[in-house]
Amino acid sequence: MEVAAFYGFSALAILAALFILFSKNLIYGAFALLLAFLGIAALFVLAGADFLGVAQIMIYVGGILVLLMFGIMLTQRASQQDGPSRHNRVEVPITRRLWGFAIGIGIVGVLAKIIFSANFRMSGDAVSRKSTIKTIGVELMTSHLLPFEIAAILLLVALIGAAYLALNRNPAQ
Amino acid sequence: MSAISIYHYLIVAAILFATGLAVAITKRHFVGILLGIELMLNAVNLNLVAFSRYDSDRLSGQLFALFVMVVAAAEVTVALAIVLRVYGHFKTVDPDKLDELKR
Repeated sequence: MEVAAFYGFSALAILAALFILFSKNLIYGAFALLLAFLGIAALFVLAGADFLGVAQIMIYVGGILVLLMFGIMLTQRASQQDGPSRHNRVEVPITRRLWGFAIGIGIVGVLAKIIFSANFRMSGDAVSRKSTIKTIGVELMTSHLLPFEIAAILLLVALIGAAYLALNRNPAQ
Repeated sequence: MSAISIYHYLIVAAILFATGLAVAITKRHFVGILLGIELMLNAVNLNLVAFSRYDSDRLSGQLFALFVMVVAAAEVTVALAIVLRVYGHFKTVDPDKLDELKR
């Protein structure tokens, strides 16, 4: 059962990622990225990281993907709308596609070789039947307190910086 | 204990990472490149979570993945703001057309 779920969700994530690679429409790519994020969230849950699975759905699907869709919509070209297939087209020149495939397949080969030649010796067993929320909370407030506070500052800086950058200071309007 | 070994997670994450890299290379749209980068960050998170299964009393991998998520959120907001500024200035979303440094 667990194995079937693992293979199903990893196939979902990988197929969605490949669909992003092959689709020419950016909106379809963003929706496929949603499927990939959901598959990865399910893999997190299968790996025993329940809190991270929920955080993945909330941060990535609820926040980042909506932002990306806003980015796609706000950068629409209003002048070149000749036909319904024109929207969000992403043209890929053939040399770049060749390079992309070559580098992608090459890095899969290199990573697979490294993974299978590495002899991981784990210190403990893979036990995860209890919830991880308590451990994450305690660790965040004790040994990871400084990164936690720095992350808060970083989010504030990113919020102010993004709002300032995206301000419309076009004098014509 | 569990039927799924760590190699399964590592292979899935490697395939996702390579796909994200290929997306980031081949797309000719700023937002498309961002999609690829998000996919790569997720693949790395999957690795961290998979290794964190064997560390159930400290969960360093999951904490690291949590901070990666925070930084990814900050990164994508700033990147989209920059993309909007670039689009407003150059009226294009194709990174190949921004060849100011070549002239």
